[in-house]
Amino acid sequence: MLTFFLIYPSLHTFYLSFFGPGSKKFVGVSNYIFAFTNRVMLTAFRNNALWVLVFTTLTVFLGLILAVILDRVRYETVVKSIIFMPMAISFVGAGVIWKFVYAYRPPNAPQIGILNGFLSLLHASPVGWLIERPWINNLCLIGVGVWIWTGFCMVILSAAYKGIPPQLLEAARVDGASEWKVFWKVTFPIMMPTVAVLTTTMIIFVLKIFDIVYVMTNGNFSTEVIANRMYKEMFHFRNFGRASTIAVILLLFIVPMMLINIRRFKKEEFLR
Amino acid sequence: MRILSRVPLHVVIILIALVWIFPTLGVLVTSFRPAQDVAATGWWTALRIPFQFTQYTLTNYGSVINQGGIGRAFLNSLIITIPATILPIMIAAFAAYAFAWMRFPGRRFLFIMLVALLVIPLQTTMIPILRVFNRLGLAGTFPGIWLAHTGYGLPLTIYLLYNFIGALPSELFDSASIDGASTLQIFFRLVLPLSVTAIASVTIFQFLWVWNDLLVALIYLGGTPDVAPITVQVSSLVGSYGQNWEVLTAAVFISMILPLSIFFGLQRYFVRGILAGSIKG
Repeated sequence: MLTFFLIYPSLHTFYLSFFGPGSKKFVGVSNYIFAFTNRVMLTAFRNNALWVLVFTTLTVFLGLILAVILDRVRYETVVKSIIFMPMAISFVGAGVIWKFVYAYRPPNAPQIGILNGFLSLLHASPVGWLIERPWINNLCLIGVGVWIWTGFCMVILSAAYKGIPPQLLEAARVDGASEWKVFWKVTFPIMMPTVAVLTTTMIIFVLKIFDIVYVMTNGNFSTEVIANRMYKEMFHFRNFGRASTIAVILLLFIVPMMLINIRRFKKEEFLR
Repeated sequence: MRILSRVPLHVVIILIALVWIFPTLGVLVTSFRPAQDVAATGWWTALRIPFQFTQYTLTNYGSVINQGGIGRAFLNSLIITIPATILPIMIAAFAAYAFAWMRFPGRRFLFIMLVALLVIPLQTTMIPILRVFNRLGLAGTFPGIWLAHTGYGLPLTIYLLYNFIGALPSELFDSASIDGASTLQIFFRLVLPLSVTAIASVTIFQFLWVWNDLLVALIYLGGTPDVAPITVQVSSLVGSYGQNWEVLTAAVFISMILPLSIFFGLQRYFVRGILAGSIKG
């Protein structure tokens, strides 16, 4: 089963990536040259880099902050449920939900998207959140991803935080360390391995990001990402050679992360 | 004094919680408002008088379910999701047990392969599988997508169950085999009953993943409405009803009902599953 669905196709895709649209004509590396020179492809690479950078930093960072500060209030579970909830919503659902948040209408018309509604309250002119290229719209899309995945990071980091022996933190406090210092000198180093694992997980995930972009802008207004590009090559242009090439490139980006995963697994195996 | 110094903390937390809940709240409120209201005023205006129920209507839901094809799609989603959840979990339970407690040549190597497969992007596998499916007549059929989800779901489900089953005490297995239990007996009488919670959490995972999936369904089912699951249907409504928010929001809400109720009902297992998968030291 695994061989059929994952191993065989990966090899076959690699093979196809050297062929033309109909997979009959051998074209050498020209698909790869296309992938690294075409303007839309380069936009997609840039956007994916932006996703990796901003998305990963924000989800892990916010997750960490939330894990630590929520531990101090009594209504922890309620807030955690709220922040974790988007995990149960599909990307399609989240896409529609946020399209509505970002909804834009010309100035003077009543604004129905909450962000522009807020702006009009301040008598500022409305912003086309999903159209303003290249920074605003890409960051808005990333914001949706962050909304969905922060809860995941929070849950994992919070478990790690609660695993820290309380005596350790108490001892630091008794010695007169400020909360800030306790966090950076005690909490953070102990949680470092978890943060590292989580970061690689998020990077692997975000490299493959597809649904959010597909539903919200379909890559228009320079919001293209690699996975959406591949879908288009495959179904709109029926160019299997190029689509395969993009898939191979995607895989190549992920391989280093995969090696880290395997190394970690071997270490665990050693420990048990 | 202590309470006062904690005020900023509470304010920050409550603000974050509001930011997180507002988008969903907007969709919920909008889905119950008549079309002309939705177009004329922001949904938050309804919150000024939240309990004046005459401003709400159910027509959006009616029209989405009938003309929007969401009723049919909901059914399709169920037909896809249930076998595509049960099948991989059954295989994974056996496989995880084998990986954890049976000695066979290549076990370590196979398992490392499995961990590597966890991160292979679906995208790399689509074209060849689609071709095979086309040749076998599986493309655009329910059995086809059941198989696809099973294949894609196995690495993670095996891995999660392995973490749990591998942590069972080995004395248990020793004493069982001394008492003369066969491997199968050990599996059904010991391993399965002991790992009910783990299996529950993995089942929730797989269920949510299949229910919320868009890409796999788009590729292997195509866009035909008679097999399209709810995610595909909603995303095609986004294309055709772009600005009719009352329709879209109602559709989205129907698609969220099942996953959300599972989430709130079984949150404990869900969290446990996530932790089993990613936290190990």
